[in-house]
Amino acid sequence: MTATVTTRPAISLAGLRKSFGDTTVLDGIDLTVTEGTVFALLGPNGAGKTTMVRILATLIPPDAGSIRVAGHDLTREPDRIRAAIGLTGQFAAVDRLMTVRENLQLMADLNHLGRTESRRRVARLIERFDLGASAGKPVSLLSGGQQRRLDLAMTLTGDPRLIFLDEPTTGLDPRSRHDMWQIVREMVAEGVTVFLTTQYLEEADQLADRIALLDHGRIVAEGTPEELKRRIPGGHLLLRFLDPGALNAAAAVLDVTHRDDGALTLQVPGDGSVNSIREVLDRIHEPAELSIHTPDLDDVFFTFTNKRPDTDKRPDTNKRPDTDKKPEEKR
Amino acid sequence: MTDSWIMFRRQLIHLKRYPSLTIMLIGLPVIFLLLFVYVFGGAVGAGLGGGRHAYVNYLTPGILLFTVAGAVAGTAISVAMDMTEGIVDRFRSMAITRSSLLTGHVLGSLVQNFLAIAAVLAVALLIGFRPNAGPLEWLALLGLLTAVAFALTWLAVALGIAADSVETASNTPMFLSLLPFLGSGFVPTDTMPSALRAFAENQPFTPIIETIRGLLLGTGIGHSGYIALAWCAGISLVSYLWARRGFKRRAAR
Repeated sequence: MTATVTTRPAISLAGLRKSFGDTTVLDGIDLTVTEGTVFALLGPNGAGKTTMVRILATLIPPDAGSIRVAGHDLTREPDRIRAAIGLTGQFAAVDRLMTVRENLQLMADLNHLGRTESRRRVARLIERFDLGASAGKPVSLLSGGQQRRLDLAMTLTGDPRLIFLDEPTTGLDPRSRHDMWQIVREMVAEGVTVFLTTQYLEEADQLADRIALLDHGRIVAEGTPEELKRRIPGGHLLLRFLDPGALNAAAAVLDVTHRDDGALTLQVPGDGSVNSIREVLDRIHEPAELSIHTPDLDDVFFTFTNKRPDTDKRPDTNKRPDTDKKPEEKR
Repeated sequence: MTDSWIMFRRQLIHLKRYPSLTIMLIGLPVIFLLLFVYVFGGAVGAGLGGGRHAYVNYLTPGILLFTVAGAVAGTAISVAMDMTEGIVDRFRSMAITRSSLLTGHVLGSLVQNFLAIAAVLAVALLIGFRPNAGPLEWLALLGLLTAVAFALTWLAVALGIAADSVETASNTPMFLSLLPFLGSGFVPTDTMPSALRAFAENQPFTPIIETIRGLLLGTGIGHSGYIALAWCAGISLVSYLWARRGFKRRAAR
């Protein structure tokens, strides 16, 4: 995901503000998105994610702020920006009365690609997005996942350098979601910058180089997924032993926060650094298994927005079966 | 290929893909034509000093305008459909001519209007409509109907943008279908009570109907032609400005 390392910003904004009537939706946003990376804007419903995308994609004007997108000033050269970006909004922006091919042809025409080039590009997109079997069907007959793929294919027809994806996988089944992630990774591999919004923590974790947490119109935290996770407490080591004797021996010398006699495991605080692991291992007889648990984005999010449902509990990945998680690192 | 032309072709595909709308837009005026000729025509025709046959001739110009008024309601619906779906955001985030989407709708609607007018006129001829227009009059009629359809289509586009839902958009242009009744479309205005008559004689549809009638049947046109064209120009201009402003503001939500 970090194939190209450039310092040129694809998006830079300072002091972005937007209100609708008395409601302040974006309350002074500063951020920079580096070219060729994936930037995820993570936030709950109503945080202002869609408003931000709509402003950056030139659909609505900001109230204040200095904003550059794809190298152009937002208020002075919106058309230059439009020529460089692609937008896939929250609702499929497809023409339901037309077929898949006609939709793509429409985009090719509006991008003034010329007859040969547009035919070639339409054919390539149909193949790449696996729409060949339904190319001649009206879009209204397509499944939700197919419509999303067509939506994205239409966005890519003009070869944009910067793509906005507003909640690209909302409402998709797990398989279509993984297909969409794969497509995003391929686009990034080709050097495209992706700015995506999501309310799925796993999605940001899977795709993004950098994540900003948006809450009530403010960025409450920003960094790489790992940086964000490190900034909150709750990391621990989980030690599993072969027999109760070893478990007892270790428990006697360690600062145990949780003990499970059935599973023969002990949980001790630790940030996952080599030193902290060595310190633990030096004090006990070697355990059968050791795993490092860093807090997931769920914990991060709730920590920064103060919306943890039960604040007395430590974040513990083992006790939160309700969240999507990536596999824990094992060593 | 200009952006407006591309958007026009999109509307043609819509017409082809969704023929039931066009059929409905043709069906309603045809039903009204048959209803008025065969149910009311005998009595009304006798009152006009002819018979059913005379009434077909009197009625057809009004039915033609009724056809246009109904057809543009379809335009308001399809504009509202575009505005309420994600596709308008896609178009607006692309480097294309801002008004091309609306121009495409207007051009597509003109095609739909002429299909409907031709179909309704054919039925009228079939049931006894006998115009005495020469080639020049037919040409002038074509020009007038184009101007009328153009004006009412822009009005429908503006109404479609102003509507907050597709349902609203299907209702607001309905008053246009009433106007031929409240004018000289179905009966002469001199039988109406004075207040209604004053409205009927000064509303835009009456000079338009009188001009169509004059061109097709050789009745006197007088100043109606100029008044009709002035109304068309005025409605076009105001509606265009309203539509453009609405498109900008609507999308800026």
